[in-house]
Amino acid sequence: MLRLEKLTKTYRTGDKALKAVDLEVPKGQVMALIGPSGAGKSTLIRCINRLVEPTSGKVWLGDVELTGLGTSALRRERRRMGMIFQEYALVERLTVMENVLSGRLGYVGFWRSLTRRYPQSDVDEAFRLLDRVGLVEMADKRADELSGGQRQRVGICRALIQNPALLLVDEPTASLDPKTSRQIMRLICELCAERGLAAIINIHDVALAQMFVSRVIGLRFGAVEFDGPPEALTPEVLTTIYGEEDWQATIRKVDEDEEVQP
Amino acid sequence: MPIATSPSGQKVWQRRTRNQSMIRWAAWLVGTAIFLWCWGQISEATTWFFVWDAPAIAGDILERATPPRWSYMEKLWWPIWDTLNIATLGTIGALFLAVPVAFLAARNTTPSARFVRPIALLIIVATRSINSLIWALLLIAIIGPGVFAGVIAIAIRSIGFCAKLLYEAIEEIDRTQVEAVTATGASPLQVMAYGIVPQILPAFAGIAVFRWDINIRESTVLGLVGAGGIGLQLQASLNVLAWPQVSLILLVILFAVVVSEWVSAKVRGAII
Repeated sequence: MLRLEKLTKTYRTGDKALKAVDLEVPKGQVMALIGPSGAGKSTLIRCINRLVEPTSGKVWLGDVELTGLGTSALRRERRRMGMIFQEYALVERLTVMENVLSGRLGYVGFWRSLTRRYPQSDVDEAFRLLDRVGLVEMADKRADELSGGQRQRVGICRALIQNPALLLVDEPTASLDPKTSRQIMRLICELCAERGLAAIINIHDVALAQMFVSRVIGLRFGAVEFDGPPEALTPEVLTTIYGEEDWQATIRKVDEDEEVQP
Repeated sequence: MPIATSPSGQKVWQRRTRNQSMIRWAAWLVGTAIFLWCWGQISEATTWFFVWDAPAIAGDILERATPPRWSYMEKLWWPIWDTLNIATLGTIGALFLAVPVAFLAARNTTPSARFVRPIALLIIVATRSINSLIWALLLIAIIGPGVFAGVIAIAIRSIGFCAKLLYEAIEEIDRTQVEAVTATGASPLQVMAYGIVPQILPAFAGIAVFRWDINIRESTVLGLVGAGGIGLQLQASLNVLAWPQVSLILLVILFAVVVSEWVSAKVRGAII
């Protein structure tokens, strides 16, 4: 479904953020991307939808190659990739409904979006999604009135209303408390399962990642250091990804696993 | 080196070293000398008779100017209305022109930082640096005297001011909101309408009222050079030494400015 070939990003400062990353994500797979700060996780995600232009390499989404696309073709393909952000990245001064509907911007024309005349089917879908994440009564609130967890759920709705095939998720829980973090991760994974979406989730919390995903990629200095199931994340593996540390407390113990994966 | 050791071995701290003190002392001396010399020059060039006479003259004018000639008010309604219109239409015109200039000047929205941005910045500097009275003089020469020249003068003078504040607001927006809208596949215009405009709208409204408030004051004097409004009446009354009319006009201007201050304070309060 998504295939990266020798994806490389060198910033103008000379920092090599990605060094020829090869990666394949099959349809419907939810994958966690872990690694220390500065390992290139955010860059990797942003190179896929070209919010950051990759220096070289190829990105295949289905049978479309993204790095060579012109601007309008790129916008068409971006509709197939929903993105969820660390600080939610909602447009603070717009209402929840407007934020959710902004996920349809790639489908409606400029004047319709400016005058907020979205097709009824989009509005129906927005209400359905808000109902699904339990925020339907908040539809008319301004985004900056919501709590962190609520904002992130609006962010999820905005990504899903694009009707994407792939979710790019950048540190979805970094600004949230532990309980809300779990709820948000569970919600993302459930929705991916319901809709058969693939997802790449950047995440710092290794235990949380292990709880929910079926595959983990470890990134270090812009290169893939580990690729395997979450159970294979041993202290030795974490040491190769992050460096020396006592990892026993970080790794999920099987017997205290009360979370059932969807 | 303000820390030294005295002969008795004690550490002494002073704010400045000896050299620094000497330099400062010399600088004060030179400064005082220049001041006194300038004082002498100005004093020589002044006709002191007029200065000593000034309080008497001022008192005389004040006496003649009171009470204001209230009946003259009927001739002021139209000019003050013109003045308000010059300020309002001028501000609206300036905003229409300032918005595109601001987007071209802001580093994060300009199409080309090397070619377009300097032009936008030049427009901002050029329109800002010339006083609206001078713009009015130029425009009267081009399009003739009247309210229209005043409106254009105010508009041109305000472009730079509005565009500068607006482009600074654009440069300070939260970039991730723009990223998020871009990631949905939105076109550049949609990114602007959804990602940028909501973020700068409060700043825009604030700038608009602030500039309108300033423009009311500026438009009261435009009539002095013939660009319409209450300044025309002021000029006429001054020319015939009709002091009671002058005092009434000044009161009307004061009143208009107070009202505009009040309105803009209310509007700004409502936005923030």
